Amino acid sequence: MDEFLARALAGGLALALVAGPFGCFVVWRRMAYFGDTLAHAALLGVVLGALLNVDFGLGIAALSLAVALVLAFLQRRRDLASDTVLGIVSHGALACGLVVLALMHDARVNVMGWLLGDILSLDWTDVAVLWAGCALLLAGLGAVWRTLVAMTVNEDLAAAEGHAVERARLILMVLVALVVAAAMKVVGILLVTALLVMPAATARKFARTPEQMAALAALVGAAAVVLGLAGSWQFDTPAGPSVVVAALALFVASRAVPGRG
Amino acid sequence: MAVDGALIAVEKVSLTRSGSQILSDVSLAVSPGRIVTIVGPNGAGKSTLVKVALGLLPPDGGHVRRAAGLTIGYVPQSLAVEPTLPLSVRRFLAMAAPRSARAEQGAVLERVGAGHVLARQVSQLSGGELQRVMLARALLRRPQLLALDEPVGGVDMAGQAEIYDLIAALARDEGAGVLMVSHDLHVVMAATDEVVCLNRHVCCAGHPEAVSRHPEYLALFGAKVAASLAVYTHVHDHEHLADGTVGHAQHHQHGPECRHG
Repeated sequence: MDEFLARALAGGLALALVAGPFGCFVVWRRMAYFGDTLAHAALLGVVLGALLNVDFGLGIAALSLAVALVLAFLQRRRDLASDTVLGIVSHGALACGLVVLALMHDARVNVMGWLLGDILSLDWTDVAVLWAGCALLLAGLGAVWRTLVAMTVNEDLAAAEGHAVERARLILMVLVALVVAAAMKVVGILLVTALLVMPAATARKFARTPEQMAALAALVGAAAVVLGLAGSWQFDTPAGPSVVVAALALFVASRAVPGRG
Repeated sequence: MAVDGALIAVEKVSLTRSGSQILSDVSLAVSPGRIVTIVGPNGAGKSTLVKVALGLLPPDGGHVRRAAGLTIGYVPQSLAVEPTLPLSVRRFLAMAAPRSARAEQGAVLERVGAGHVLARQVSQLSGGELQRVMLARALLRRPQLLALDEPVGGVDMAGQAEIYDLIAALARDEGAGVLMVSHDLHVVMAATDEVVCLNRHVCCAGHPEAVSRHPEYLALFGAKVAASLAVYTHVHDHEHLADGTVGHAQHHQHGPECRHG
């Protein structure tokens, strides 16, 4: 196995393990469009990163965080539906990113790489940063897990039972923003949400508790990374889309087997 | 109204939502061992008042005081668990009281007459079963205050009597304060220490007998309903035995200590 493939595998697995549990909340709390919005806005982060000559990862993370906080603020206003707000922010940020990119004369931004992911270009430092970041994200999720599950069942009930609902909501938005930022490198802006949603949706059928679903989703995501990278190697197809195709195949297969309902 | 020693005290609370006054100048207090029932027509603000009392909705005016460290068992009016969230009844119970033993969870379900659903998924429960499970959850917390928003919605007739008996026993034997919303005027009159008749403001409040003769109460529910209740409260020809069957009660004298009319 070539070393770049080993690095891709290591990075992809870290991401799959963290995307599984977070993807469950994206599925439970209907945040798929939220993930898409963050990903689209991240292109603006890439462009601004290039403009200000800072690290792309830093630019993306900073912009994702800013967008998550703006969305959290806007969603408190009830005069616009939340998907309208997401539509405005998502496409507004994407368009801004593309326009600013066109205005930059000496732009050295590989747009296709960002749209479709560039997992094969990970170096060992990237992999180490990914693992450390993913471990932190999982620890953060673990800290608010009970509150998040309780408020997914019913927010009033969770609040009455002493959970800090507002704080957990904000923490989840921030953490999902960071997961999206991390996942962009692997599967690209267009396909980030797939990595969150597909393994969780696959796991749903076989789980009886939220924890089972989260663990299963992590495993399904890991399998998709392995299968996708193997397919990409075998058939010389782009890595990010291949991983998503593998996740899709696992989802379709899961629908075919009899499950627990 | 006695407020000293109250578990929860709502004082001159008002609440406005999108221009319309939902609650105005509402006061009530719940002390240990007392059952306070809110009655009123649809749209009277009953559920809203419970949420304000629990601190789930901030009032626009007035104060809500809760005893420090108050443990609340809340049964909301309805609960719709996302079908995407796998949630067994056992896990749902454990959420309310993470340190409760498995045997305790089974026992509390038996107590509300839902022992057979322990292994099922919450999404598969009927309306009445879900209502019983939610009550079991609330009991599992060993609450000092039970807040019950129509606790027998969807429960069959025999079950309703059992559940009201259970609530009364909880207040009598364990000293829990109970704040309840009910449409079941028969039960309200028979098993409540204090009735708050609400129609966005407190029409009248006090002992059930007094409230049932109050002009505003009669105007709200009609003299016919009130008259049928007055008859009903003096019929004591049967009782609900521990095994759920109906037996003939010993005829007893109504003394000055007799609270049930």
